[in-house]
Amino acid sequence: MSALLEVTGLTKTFPGVIACDDISMKVAAGEIVALLGENGAGKSTLLKAVFGLIKPDKGEIKINGIPITFGDTAGIIAQGVGMVHQHFQLVEVMSVTENIILGDEPKRGVFINKKRARDEVLALSQRYGLAVDPDAIVEDLSIGVQQRVEILKALRKEVKLLILDEPTAVLTPMEIDELLEVIRALAKSGVGVVLITHKLREVMAIADRVVVLRAGKVVGTTSPKETDEGQLAQMMVGREVVLRVNRTEASKGAAVLTVKGLQVRDDRKTLTVKGIDFEVHAGEILGIAGVEGNGQRELVEAICGMRHRESGEVIVNGVPTPDLRPYAVHMAGISHIPEDREKHGLIGSYSIADNLILNQFDQSPFAKGWIRNLSQVLKNGVNLVEKFDIRTPSPSNLANSLSGGNKQKVVVARELSQSLEVLIAAQPTRGVDVGSIEFIHNQLIAARDRGSAILLVSAELDEILSLSDRIAVMSNGKIVAIVDSNGADREYIGRLMAGLDK
Amino acid sequence: MKSLINRRNMYLLFGAAVVAFFYSRDGLVTTSIFSTATSFALPLALAAMVGIMCERTGIVNIGIEGTMLLSAFVAFFVSSLTNNILFGFACAILTGAWIGLLLAVMSVSWSMDQIIAGIIINILATGLTSFFYVQGRTIPGAFPEIAIPLLSRLPFFGQFLFTHGAITYFGILIIITLYFALYHTPWGLRSRAVGEHPSAADTAGVSVKRLRYLNVAIAGAIGGVAGSFLSLELVGSFERGFIAGKGFTALALMIFGRWNPLGAMAAAMFFGLAQAGANQLMIAQTMDIPSQFVGILPYVMTIVILTISAGKVRPPAASGQPYEKGKE
Repeated sequence: MSALLEVTGLTKTFPGVIACDDISMKVAAGEIVALLGENGAGKSTLLKAVFGLIKPDKGEIKINGIPITFGDTAGIIAQGVGMVHQHFQLVEVMSVTENIILGDEPKRGVFINKKRARDEVLALSQRYGLAVDPDAIVEDLSIGVQQRVEILKALRKEVKLLILDEPTAVLTPMEIDELLEVIRALAKSGVGVVLITHKLREVMAIADRVVVLRAGKVVGTTSPKETDEGQLAQMMVGREVVLRVNRTEASKGAAVLTVKGLQVRDDRKTLTVKGIDFEVHAGEILGIAGVEGNGQRELVEAICGMRHRESGEVIVNGVPTPDLRPYAVHMAGISHIPEDREKHGLIGSYSIADNLILNQFDQSPFAKGWIRNLSQVLKNGVNLVEKFDIRTPSPSNLANSLSGGNKQKVVVARELSQSLEVLIAAQPTRGVDVGSIEFIHNQLIAARDRGSAILLVSAELDEILSLSDRIAVMSNGKIVAIVDSNGADREYIGRLMAGLDK
Repeated sequence: MKSLINRRNMYLLFGAAVVAFFYSRDGLVTTSIFSTATSFALPLALAAMVGIMCERTGIVNIGIEGTMLLSAFVAFFVSSLTNNILFGFACAILTGAWIGLLLAVMSVSWSMDQIIAGIIINILATGLTSFFYVQGRTIPGAFPEIAIPLLSRLPFFGQFLFTHGAITYFGILIIITLYFALYHTPWGLRSRAVGEHPSAADTAGVSVKRLRYLNVAIAGAIGGVAGSFLSLELVGSFERGFIAGKGFTALALMIFGRWNPLGAMAAAMFFGLAQAGANQLMIAQTMDIPSQFVGILPYVMTIVILTISAGKVRPPAASGQPYEKGKE
């Protein structure tokens, strides 16, 4: 079988980093190739090069035996390459139809033939069994449906090679299963698929071949039959990784964080947290499982004082915390690893050292009255960079210069390095590579063992299952069940998350 | 079928009722106010089109004032030197397009801060026009009024819409064409996509750079039409500081019209009516209004409009952001 995609000796350097170092790989028709690698291993750069979005320094990319030209994205699409991007490439204010036809619009004279466009979308959606409403505005759709639109967009041009860049990162377990089915069906019909992911379980489930990248190099090619998850993780990180968290029994203390009758509205003023009560005890991790968009974000923001509490109380050690005063809430003992680290966790244009004291900049020893003590700030920076294994030449570098995983480590380091009554960890390992996940997980467990009360919110059910002592399942703004994590049934929790039954 | 009862139609109906009321009271004055208002509104509306075309593809253009100033200047002096207003008009459009290209080079190719790029254009235009300005030149007459056969004999509408100079008709045509192009052609869909989410357009095979260059240049040419309307049709001369803030007012109208050509045109018409009405009051001396108050009216209205619409509108998401391939 001739190769659909053939990459030979691809090299691309950015200032200071080699993103791709002499990468060669092949994908044949009907084959599912998983591309594994940590953040910054060069996966995204490789794909952007395939799509003509980045100009390689060296090497050649051939599609169906024909070398591609840089910048000719339209030509590459025409050759049958489709891509589902990690960050959806959808224009949010436009309709599904408009998004799908963009770039190759059916015409009537000089105008767009809107009826034919709509029919085309309907036919496409039927053909692949991916239901979408052609007239819906993209921003009103759920993430899962948005991804369907993204896939349809890629499939529209008779794709021969479909590239999926971390397609499951934002999906629920059920949506993931559906997506894997779609991918299998596509491969069966002769499409070559390149799947980029962190999630080893999916790789094992679906890939024909696995290509592992590390630091811009191909470190191995294997297949699920010849390997297991542990081995793959080791190839990715370059050392042995413990995938299961070693968690001892919690030694539960008194209730530290109490949430009573909390109601919160979202940005559209709809009530999304509809009366929630729970307690988190010292030395325990309470996991909140739930499909994203069921009120978790609003719940976390309300607890941390970042969003108005419509009613209800958030109590730390018996003292109610004030509404809408994040700093006062923080001083009352609540630390927060925010879900969106770029927006709420870091200031990218500040140095790493400054980011590491962002919520104690005015406290001793980092400040004396009005004057900052910069040498202490730097000392603290050096210290934490070392302790939390933040990969940077110097803590004086800007936070923006870090990769996603290391940015997250900065946030985690800042919050965990302070004396800690309550920690709210929202999606603490989102977009973080396997090695860093292991590290962050161990840090959370260590904090728990030191007696902190931890509320863990995560869309990753596996993360909740492996870290939590108790699991609260959130669905449609309410906690539908709180179960002990020992012997918790994955299937059962999955159904609760989907709001199916009790 | 969509229901005919919607907000826009309600506004139209209300507007028509008000006009009918005034027309029944004093037909002549009402007609003349509307006719004048069209002339006041046109340069504002065209300037707003410049803003819309740029911002819809993600370029903030605060250099509209300068574009209009320089092209009004070129229109007048080329006409004066060659004794040919059509030639002057053509040169003004070219001038506008060149300024558009300059903005595109600065903001697209050099990824410069677009506000600064716009300021550069405004300063450049003020400097060039002041330096080359010569007093006492004249042109062989402004663009004359052309009464469109039959249509111009309609009551009210004949004077209001169909008895104007050539540039007015051309300008109205530009606005309507832009509206249809923006919402019903592939070009429009792509332009809006580039202004909302350039990498989405890029991955769909639309060249962000090329489209931004094209649109900003065409927008500049429209700015040239707006400028030459002032010097060649409405006034028939050129003075320093000739544009008097219209290029900035237009940005407010663009926002008020929600980046929609027809919306901005309606906003400009409203503006023109207020101005023409105030002028009428001053002339008729039915009310004793100091002329200074009439003079500040456009600025007061700009502030009021922006206050009303602030926070409620949603600009194109990528407006003002340079795009680099391969970066999120």
